Amino acid sequence: MTAQSPSMQAVLPSRRARFDKFRRRAATNPSFMAGLVVLVVIAGLALMAPLLGLHDPYAQDLSRRLIPPIWHAKGTWEHVLGTDKLGRDYLSRLIWGGRISLLLGISTVIISGVIGTGLGVAAGFFGGRVDAVVSYVVTTRLALPVVLVALAGAALVGGSLSMVILVLGLLLWDRFAVVARTATMQVARADYVAAAQAIGCSTSRIVFSEILPNILNPLIVVATLEMAHAILLEAALSFLGLGVQPPLPSWGLMISEGKQYMFFSPWVITVPGVALVILVLAINLLGDGLRDVTAPERRN
Amino acid sequence: MLAFGIRRLTISLCVALTVSIVAFFLLHMSGDIAQAIAGTDATPEQVSQIRVQFGLDRPLVEQYLNWAWGVLRFDFGTSFYFRDQVTTLIAQRLPVTLALGGISLLLALIISVPLGVLAAVKQGGWIDRAALMFCVLGQALPTFWLGLSLIIVFSVTLRWLPVSGSGTWAHFVLPSVALGWYAIPAVMRLTRNGMLDVLASDYIRTARAKGLRMPTVLFKHALRNAMIPVVALAAVQFGFMLGGSIVVEAVFSMEGLGQLAWQSIARQDFPVVQAIVLVLAVLYIGLTLLADILNAILDPRIRIA
Repeated sequence: MTAQSPSMQAVLPSRRARFDKFRRRAATNPSFMAGLVVLVVIAGLALMAPLLGLHDPYAQDLSRRLIPPIWHAKGTWEHVLGTDKLGRDYLSRLIWGGRISLLLGISTVIISGVIGTGLGVAAGFFGGRVDAVVSYVVTTRLALPVVLVALAGAALVGGSLSMVILVLGLLLWDRFAVVARTATMQVARADYVAAAQAIGCSTSRIVFSEILPNILNPLIVVATLEMAHAILLEAALSFLGLGVQPPLPSWGLMISEGKQYMFFSPWVITVPGVALVILVLAINLLGDGLRDVTAPERRN
Repeated sequence: MLAFGIRRLTISLCVALTVSIVAFFLLHMSGDIAQAIAGTDATPEQVSQIRVQFGLDRPLVEQYLNWAWGVLRFDFGTSFYFRDQVTTLIAQRLPVTLALGGISLLLALIISVPLGVLAAVKQGGWIDRAALMFCVLGQALPTFWLGLSLIIVFSVTLRWLPVSGSGTWAHFVLPSVALGWYAIPAVMRLTRNGMLDVLASDYIRTARAKGLRMPTVLFKHALRNAMIPVVALAAVQFGFMLGGSIVVEAVFSMEGLGQLAWQSIARQDFPVVQAIVLVLAVLYIGLTLLADILNAILDPRIRIA
């Protein structure tokens, strides 16, 4: 930074100024703010789950099975969202389940983001044969039916949370690769990349300090979409019995376990289902908002 | 055009070949298949007998080539569980899944295309905003949960439609809604954006300026061009639906390919799983190939690229 000439500093807005601009645009974007607020609340509850004085999410009490939630005539304040078929407190399981969904979403996106971005940047930067190979790999990956392969994969390696994360991480990198490739192609043509090459910067330096910072915005948007995708897929896998295994309180598993009671106690699937919808909705809103906020100045 | 078609066809065949290799080796390297067939309490002699009987003692590459040669003649081997031809099993289940996917796609298009056009024509109006909200919400609904909720409302509370099965047309209504739902946001967004682009173009302004009425402009001039990318997306979405129907078939207990795949995974019936992965992948590859060629016919600019 100190090596930069004064004229360069005048042209490029400082990091601080860029952040201020981002904050101004973000604060006026209703979709971004709504997603952010809901997500902060969910993440806060999930992080503080052990401190909230909740019931033990694993403690069974067979004398208190399937108590309805508080808005129901027979609901009690002791179990605000009722209990499940084994008498476990539903609110507590819901909040602990939120930890699983968030942990899974973030870890999956880290794995798939590294794979996809690596492939996409390589394709966009080197072009030619590398690009052809990466495009071929992406096409092949897209041809594989995701749900089926994820199910088979989770069944083969055993359905623990870390294995589900690994399987989904190894599957959901395609959009990262496509977006990183296009963005890298645009950035690689920029003058500052040519300048960096001219002064003899190594390829890794160009990739890490010139290209990656400049393609980060679209990649973060993809990360939010894929996080939502991963959370929905985990719920589906757990629902089909091949994802996270009992007694972990995964929301998909809660719906699966509640399925046989749903005719007389519909809330056993409504409660975790609505939680899933709210979380995914918040992540998608945040992503949509982020796309608008970080997009180049609107033309209209 | 012919060169474009041949090049795309060659790539598609290579991708299909790669998928078959991936599907085969992933399943075969996962563990001792003979042990899985024999069960946990089989004697070592029984396991080795099964290994020879199913040809599992041969080198992996030889097993793959045998299998691939069979697949080319529509012979996917024998199911470990049913002790029956995998091809027969698939042929029995495929029609249900294809019907489910087809109806779902049709339903999604009927809802999303008019909505997309309306949203574009009244850009920024309440229909546009409501449609976009609907899209965001639609993408957040888990398919299996939507299916269960539909059962609670329409089968249990209102008693309009059957809970599960795949016998009559009524059995397909709720599953199609659950499966088609996921495609609506994508198709609607693409239709809306395509229409916005087209409506802002010079030839639409010309058409309006020479006094053509708005409906004529919309349907004869704008929609045709805006639909080009939608056709391609619809084909791809159909492929996704065939793959995604596994969840819906499980919720509604439909006797389709997805249900068979799910049960076969749970039973470690590898020949069936491997065959279904390949069949679904080939259907998807075929659909994207069709979409690309249709696009190239409709939009000559693509052929040159």
